[in-house]
Amino acid sequence: MLRLIVTTAFTALAAAPALALDDITTFTLDNGLEAIVIEDHRAPVVVHMLWYKAGAADEKPGVSGVAHFLEHLLFKATDKLEAGEFSAVVEANGGSDNAFTSWDYTGYFQRVAADRLELMMEMESDRMRNIRLTDEDIETERDVILEERNQRVDSDPGGLFAEQRRAAQYLNHPYGIPIIGWRHEMEKLDRAAVFDFYETYYAPNAAVLVVAGDVDPDEVKALAEKHYGPLEPTIGLPERVRPQEPPQLAERRLIFEDPRASQPYVVRNYQAPERDPGDQKTAAALTILADILGGSSATSVLGRELELKTKRAIYTSASYAGLSYDDGSFALFTIPAPGVSLQEAEDEMDAVVAKFIEEGVDPEQLARVKTQIRAGQIYAEDNVNGIARKYGAALTSGLTVEDVQEWPNLLAAVTEEDIIDAAKMIFDRKKAVTGWFRKPQQEVSQ
Amino acid sequence: MKLMTRKLAALLTAALCFALPAHAIDIEEVTSPGGIKAWLVEEPSIPFTALEIRFKGGTSLDRPGKRGAVYLMNGLLEEGAGDMDATEFAAAQEALAAGFEFDVFNDSFSVSARFLTENRDEAVDLLRKALIEPRFDQAAVDRVRSQILSILASNEKDPNDIAGKTFNALAFGDHPYGSSEEGTPETVASLTRGDLLNAYNDVFAKDRLFVSAVGDINADELGQLMDRLLGDIPASGAPLPGPAEYLLSGGETIVPFNTPQSVAIFGHEGIKRDDPDFFPAYVMNQILGAGGFGSRLMEEVREKRGLTYGVYSYLVPKDNAELVMGQVASANDRVAEAIDVIRNEWARLANEGVTDEELETAITYLTGAYPLRFDGNATIARIMVGMQMDDLPRSYIDTRNAKVEAVTKADIARVAKRLLRPDDLHFVVVGQPEGLQAAN
Repeated sequence: MLRLIVTTAFTALAAAPALALDDITTFTLDNGLEAIVIEDHRAPVVVHMLWYKAGAADEKPGVSGVAHFLEHLLFKATDKLEAGEFSAVVEANGGSDNAFTSWDYTGYFQRVAADRLELMMEMESDRMRNIRLTDEDIETERDVILEERNQRVDSDPGGLFAEQRRAAQYLNHPYGIPIIGWRHEMEKLDRAAVFDFYETYYAPNAAVLVVAGDVDPDEVKALAEKHYGPLEPTIGLPERVRPQEPPQLAERRLIFEDPRASQPYVVRNYQAPERDPGDQKTAAALTILADILGGSSATSVLGRELELKTKRAIYTSASYAGLSYDDGSFALFTIPAPGVSLQEAEDEMDAVVAKFIEEGVDPEQLARVKTQIRAGQIYAEDNVNGIARKYGAALTSGLTVEDVQEWPNLLAAVTEEDIIDAAKMIFDRKKAVTGWFRKPQQEVSQ
Repeated sequence: MKLMTRKLAALLTAALCFALPAHAIDIEEVTSPGGIKAWLVEEPSIPFTALEIRFKGGTSLDRPGKRGAVYLMNGLLEEGAGDMDATEFAAAQEALAAGFEFDVFNDSFSVSARFLTENRDEAVDLLRKALIEPRFDQAAVDRVRSQILSILASNEKDPNDIAGKTFNALAFGDHPYGSSEEGTPETVASLTRGDLLNAYNDVFAKDRLFVSAVGDINADELGQLMDRLLGDIPASGAPLPGPAEYLLSGGETIVPFNTPQSVAIFGHEGIKRDDPDFFPAYVMNQILGAGGFGSRLMEEVREKRGLTYGVYSYLVPKDNAELVMGQVASANDRVAEAIDVIRNEWARLANEGVTDEELETAITYLTGAYPLRFDGNATIARIMVGMQMDDLPRSYIDTRNAKVEAVTKADIARVAKRLLRPDDLHFVVVGQPEGLQAAN
């Protein structure tokens, strides 16, 4: 068992808070299951998470939504459990449980008293290989996911707009397909599609176990060997290579109109490199660039200029999604003030970014951002569930434990020059989608 | 009976012996030299403190015709205070890596803060500026006002918001509970700096103040902190609003809205937090619809029929009114069936009560889940300030599970008959529901 209590040191910055360190143990079972144990003994609670290195972007063409549909179906029967019994047992033990699906991973978690960990492992390992589905289960649950799509996407014009922008952003990569699925494909999801995905990816050699809380790492390892150890790995697990993007050569522009759209806005997503194993420097610079450009309305470059000074926008932001298996995205966002057109809002946002690249980074602002990043690590220690998610998401997105622990150092090392270089690299309109969101034109008085 | 079911039965017995955390929460009552009271849990293992402050009253203290004043005032506390403008204030907060959050609700105003031990004094001085010396500069007022108007415009197109707003208006009419706390576009547009100063003076007062802290701080330090932070707040504020009369009867109200899925919010009168039957009602609701998976509503509406992604019921004991409420979203051609099923479940519980197994499962869950709530400084601070506002003693944490365990089937039958009245249920449906007739 490899025990990594990390000794991370920060280079000097005035009033740098002392670093709180994750107390981490890792091991790997013979069948390929990777495990991470995070200790927090303040309360007799444990979070048990099982993450699969498979999400919506690993689906075959034509069955969009199957990863998420399977996530729902994992709460049905197994050889040992009746449908619904998994959650009933968790609740009967005072715990809570749920699951989530992303493009890069599918995760299941329970939060229970620490002495119930073995029961969780027994049930979670059971449903990794042994679900049993009736046709009725599949049909009824398909109605549920269609209602979920109704609720989360079709009832929300902003959700539909985001889906359309994403589809335009990726020319070839399956990140352009919604996690919930396209409705016409969801309606046809069947047993064959579900089991094809399940039998391939729900296997110890495609999974990461994260256990966090009031536990002893040796005991966790013994329990994991007992319950997960006997599971057969998937032989010939496909290498995780998704269709990649060709060079993006043409700017894409979308106008999305919906009568339910009350507040017009502009959002632009640029193609952006993600955090790669052993190579996260660019991603670190982009992370800080997003904070500086559009982190806080009162202190960010966009907020100060457009919200406070010219008052031409009522809200602005910049964000960067660097945690993904393949290329991520960097977004700029502005809500124009009344009387400002979307074209003006977009032009003024671009002018602020251009001026920023020319004038450079305010060193005081950079220092404050870094102070907050360090303090964020102290505050994060109060939430062991968050630490567990951080590791689970990173390890299923192609990163290693070392990458996760190196990340704060890389953020602290970012220089003003790195940030400007990153900005020059990222802001290429040929690799971007610009979306306008508004009411149908005839109703609009822009 | 399958393997796991047997195992479950065995575990149920074990789980009933669930004790509180071995190192039970040790709450200290602190009184500052200036006389401000707080509850404190010392937890020095992480070098920061979570502080929770509440003022009773909240947006219900809006003066007549000034709906939205408290909400706008809340949005301005960090937008310029003392000698700092909004940017200077935010920059100072970032440099300290302190977190301040102000929020308003129907019945309370909340301040949530966290700060590092190493710069605690500076962080508290900065928070004091926002609380004691807000400037309400006209430029900031106009800017935040435009943000609120934008939120209001978005809300007008949000089926969930329309449903909630419609239900509240029908249920409470002219009482502040009957309108949106953000105000209307008209009232928000008309608010003046004077209105904001009034709102500020109405809300902040020591006679309605509650404080809790958890973290790397001791009783003396907390006492001094409170006097510095809150000592200059006046002794009394505006009178708290009186009871809200419930005006709604059973039926359905349809708000036409072009969307593929109807949203329904439903409810009728409920039960007070200090009612002797509150715990039976709480356990009953766990079985009816609070429990997520496994609740009767979720089982019947989602699991058996696939009519929705989620359906819930909840008790809403406000300071001046109490409701039992629920919500569901379902495709326009299926929402009528969902509503039928919900009404039937309401009636079934009222007429037949619950089974031994349901009661046992609910009690086991609620008692087992309770200690798991106490899992972080900020969480514990929030729980403690809530207990004080509900007028619960510090010992409540030790006695709460016994109150849940004492609930019997007969208690639930009694409270269900009293509380769940399917004919009084009023559904507000936003969408284009098929097969529903507006009865109201």
